[in-house]
Amino acid sequence: MSGFWQRCRIPLAWLLLTRQPARLAVALAGIAFAGILMFMQLGFRDGLFDASVTVHKLFDADLVLMSPRTMSSIGMAGFPRRRLVQVLADPAVRGTTPVHWNLMLWRNPETRRTRSILTIGFEPGDPLFSDPSLAAKAHVLNQQGRVLFDERSRPEFGPIASWFRQGRTVETEVAGKRVRVAGLVALGPSFGADGNMLTSRETFLRLMPNTPPGSIELGLIRLRNGSDPLQVAERLRQMLPDDVSVYTKQGFEEFEKNYWRSSTAIGFIFTLGAAMGFIVGCVIVYQILYSDVSDHLPEYATLMAMGYRLINLLGVVAREGLLLAVLGYLPAWVAGQGLYALVRSGTKLPVYMNHERSLLVFVLILAMCMGSAAMAMRKLGDADPAEIF
Amino acid sequence: MLSSLLATTPRPVAPEPSVQLRGLNHWYGSGSNRRQVIQGVDLTINPGEVVLLTGPSGCGKTTLLTLVGALRQVMEGSVRVFGLELKGSTRGQRQQLRRSIGMIFQGHNLLRCLSAEQNVQMGADLLPDLGYRARRDLAREWLRAVGLEDHLGKLPHDLSGGQKQRVAIARALAAQPRLLLADEPTAALDSRTGREVVDLLKGLARNQDCAVLMVTHDPRILDIADRVVRMEDGQLIDGGDGERLWGAHRLADTGRESAEG
Repeated sequence: MSGFWQRCRIPLAWLLLTRQPARLAVALAGIAFAGILMFMQLGFRDGLFDASVTVHKLFDADLVLMSPRTMSSIGMAGFPRRRLVQVLADPAVRGTTPVHWNLMLWRNPETRRTRSILTIGFEPGDPLFSDPSLAAKAHVLNQQGRVLFDERSRPEFGPIASWFRQGRTVETEVAGKRVRVAGLVALGPSFGADGNMLTSRETFLRLMPNTPPGSIELGLIRLRNGSDPLQVAERLRQMLPDDVSVYTKQGFEEFEKNYWRSSTAIGFIFTLGAAMGFIVGCVIVYQILYSDVSDHLPEYATLMAMGYRLINLLGVVAREGLLLAVLGYLPAWVAGQGLYALVRSGTKLPVYMNHERSLLVFVLILAMCMGSAAMAMRKLGDADPAEIF
Repeated sequence: MLSSLLATTPRPVAPEPSVQLRGLNHWYGSGSNRRQVIQGVDLTINPGEVVLLTGPSGCGKTTLLTLVGALRQVMEGSVRVFGLELKGSTRGQRQQLRRSIGMIFQGHNLLRCLSAEQNVQMGADLLPDLGYRARRDLAREWLRAVGLEDHLGKLPHDLSGGQKQRVAIARALAAQPRLLLADEPTAALDSRTGREVVDLLKGLARNQDCAVLMVTHDPRILDIADRVVRMEDGQLIDGGDGERLWGAHRLADTGRESAEG
């Protein structure tokens, strides 16, 4: 305890910053602005990438099989369905679900215009999504030509959900064939598809008669409790031929995100936006700290004349940078939360504040402030204690 | 009050001079603009000795203070402070030495964001092995000693010029220096406060063996000096080691000169 009191010093950095409240307010506003810019750009970027796996996340699977020729969800290639039978030989595998996946043309029953809709075909008795409410609805798909429509699909598909809730019979054309909406599910649009619908495997094959027999696009694998997905995935890779790829569920989602990252400029644009926020923040903090050091140069020189070491003074400037980072980050985080909510309600993009982004932006703001402080410290070299006499 | 402050940490008598200058020369500028401001200065100041340095403006007094205060690199000659040769010394050695030297500047150079008490505490903070409260109490004691006990929380812009100077003096003394360098410390003070301050400095010298080198033009304080050193054109013409003058009549003479000048 006595050591604490011996180390305890006058909070010079805090007093230097708060001596001019107006300048401090401008500095904090600038840092908060830069922080908000980074939060928004990174939020948009991650939100768009997260949106590309809206449906992927819902699957009830620990491992996923895909064709190695598959590039993304908008270009799924098929692989032999019997690979799913083979994986059942592994003692850790609890069950499998073969899934058909393709984009088809949906005709808006109101405007008669067509639009691509993601169609997922599966055996209605098999588990597909983690949400148990789907299992209760899936039995209606046993009847041929019936579909479950995603009520979160974009409005361009027509007022399907409201018509269905009103008790109207909703029928339309998919891939040139008649289907009837037998129920609603809530999935959400993704990057590759503005809307989704679920069908039985039988209906899917009727809509896509050219699908090669015995070919599926996805194989969902559920493991027994306590199994390590990474280890099982490795075993399956060794066991299965190379006409199929094995992914963990997280790897499956990353595969899709990577496609959009590498094939579009989204990542670059929003990362550049965040970098601009970082640079703007650096300039603001540097200006504030540089003028602060310049203003107090005779006082710093006095302290050096008294016997304070340069490292002590550098520490004061560094602590000023740290204080600015913390004080500027807090309003940026709060404003970011509010703006994310605004974006979610306006665009349905899944933009949420998460720990990783909160930490990333804090680290960026900290780097911004400490980097600027380091540059402002060079001015301290001009503090000549001999000049103060 | 003063005696209690000065008795807080009695200093052992140093076995060697506090300051010893030998053949000191110093120049400013270079090439054709090179100008010598200190010429062959020899001076010794012993622990507890109060030396007043007088002379016309521009004669090199302040440069001499900065050289003794380890604020400038020594160009030629020898400057030994507490036995440390400053010529060729490292930045770290000079910085460490400055912790033993109290400096009172003509421009007080108080930190504008700190109260009077905090400014003085910045000096006390240099003392090792003292807790925060002890350093704060020490700062308050020194402010009381310079008559500012009612101004502890005031910021520099709320203080008069004389009050600021007294805070600067308290700050220098709070670090419990072994050598005090002062540049016109009483210039901004009225006669009564000026007298109190110089008595304080003299008490410090006597009780703690603190050597004092003070630049002054104030004839009212010459009586506190053990020695008056007069400087002209960078040379010591009176009171240097070649001619140690202790007589009261010389002090009075110097006082008259300064008053007339």
